[in-house]
Amino acid sequence: MTIHFVVHDEGDSVGVVVVEGLKASNRINGWVMDQDRMIEFDAKSDIPIGHKLAVKQIKAGDTIIKYGVDIGRAIADIAPGEHLHVHNVKTKRW
Amino acid sequence: MGMNLKGAGFEGWRRENGRMGVRNHVIILPVDDLSNAAAEAVANNIKGALAIPHAYGRLQFGADLDLHFRTLIGTGTNPNVAGVVVIGIEPGWTGRIVEGIAASGKPVEGFAIEQNGDINTIANASRAAYRLVKHASRLKRTRAELVELWVSTKCGESDTTSGLASCPTVGNAFDRLWENGNTLVFGETTELTGGEHLVAERCRTPEIRAQFMAMFDRYQRVIEANKTSDLSESQPTKGNIEGGLTTIEEKALGNIQKIGRKCLVDGVLDKAEAPTGPGLWFMDSSSAAAEMVTLCAASGYAVHFFPTGQGNVIGNPILPVIKLTANPRTQRTMSEHIDVDVTGLLQKRMNMDDAGEALLDCMLRTADGELTAAELLGHREFSLTRLYESA
Repeated sequence: MTIHFVVHDEGDSVGVVVVEGLKASNRINGWVMDQDRMIEFDAKSDIPIGHKLAVKQIKAGDTIIKYGVDIGRAIADIAPGEHLHVHNVKTKRW
Repeated sequence: MGMNLKGAGFEGWRRENGRMGVRNHVIILPVDDLSNAAAEAVANNIKGALAIPHAYGRLQFGADLDLHFRTLIGTGTNPNVAGVVVIGIEPGWTGRIVEGIAASGKPVEGFAIEQNGDINTIANASRAAYRLVKHASRLKRTRAELVELWVSTKCGESDTTSGLASCPTVGNAFDRLWENGNTLVFGETTELTGGEHLVAERCRTPEIRAQFMAMFDRYQRVIEANKTSDLSESQPTKGNIEGGLTTIEEKALGNIQKIGRKCLVDGVLDKAEAPTGPGLWFMDSSSAAAEMVTLCAASGYAVHFFPTGQGNVIGNPILPVIKLTANPRTQRTMSEHIDVDVTGLLQKRMNMDDAGEALLDCMLRTADGELTAAELLGHREFSLTRLYESA
């Protein structure tokens, strides 16, 4: 079975796409690494390899968690399965 | 599981100061930009001599000049180097670098261009290079225990696969090397931003933690004083963003995976400073690949681990750079740059212990003389870190 995305920790808001050419509407398999558990999802955007998708409902202003740690804040609402990157998330530093 | 590191060793060269090297270079080291032409001419004359041209060395002063000397002396002193020819525009600073390298017992000769001209300097320095390459070619490899191998790390053109897989692979190997008593280093001060508390927690003592945080806070002040709204897409870099990294915090948390889960930070180093004992050292350094790897070489490290996501192609003139990637697109499109393929980690075809083992195995083969991708492709990036403007 192909793993389409990987989530570091089950508390994280995001997963990382690890295959090329992922299209919106694809049923996709995710591996939650730290808990070694599989989850399923529908991709809602075309997402390039290495880019992230939300795995939870996120509201503008919410803190984004990855590795169990704060990696920035959302500047727009993001639905599960949507592409999450510099267009909707910004650093809290600098 | 895995190989027994206690029994592991490598065949390298024991230098006059007792350190073990894994390469046997004779380098032609310019003191300054003006001496690059002569250095390159000498390396062209004498086969087996390697010129290391660079852009600086004039009108520097204070701490910036100290760093220049420390980096060049450290490069010459590195155990991967068998002998050194130093060429400078004038004899004063040339002599200072010669003396610094000679303190390690290594054969070194210096030449100044003023009052000689390039042609006579090249002739005299070529004769010295001839003697030194002849000398180096007579030296025999000897066996040493793994604990004598100094290993540095820094990642580059990182993406999300770096933090998920290739950096944790280095972390797995570093945990095992640290338990084995090896001398290790990591750095990239600004690339810890957002995860600095995690590094601080790993410092062995409150004193080391305070030293680390002072270095971290100083660098933050440099960023704050000079930053643009998004740091000009410099941190994260354009390549990082293309690879899916969104913020400096996310990049930093991936970066920090390189120090594994068990290693403690045993001390901090200034740029190009040599560690005084075994363990994991933090070096206050730039996060630019060539600058950081150049500083690791100047600190005396003999092998380097370089995880990459999008495919940084870096090498170093004297420090073998072992590259690993977990990104299947990078492995597919740039395989000639990759020494260790850990793409299997993201499809559960490989576990982290397997990946760490593959990296350690490559490290031992490299130490025994197998060439890295960067060596085969001629990547010899040598970039001096500058602290401020010349006088």
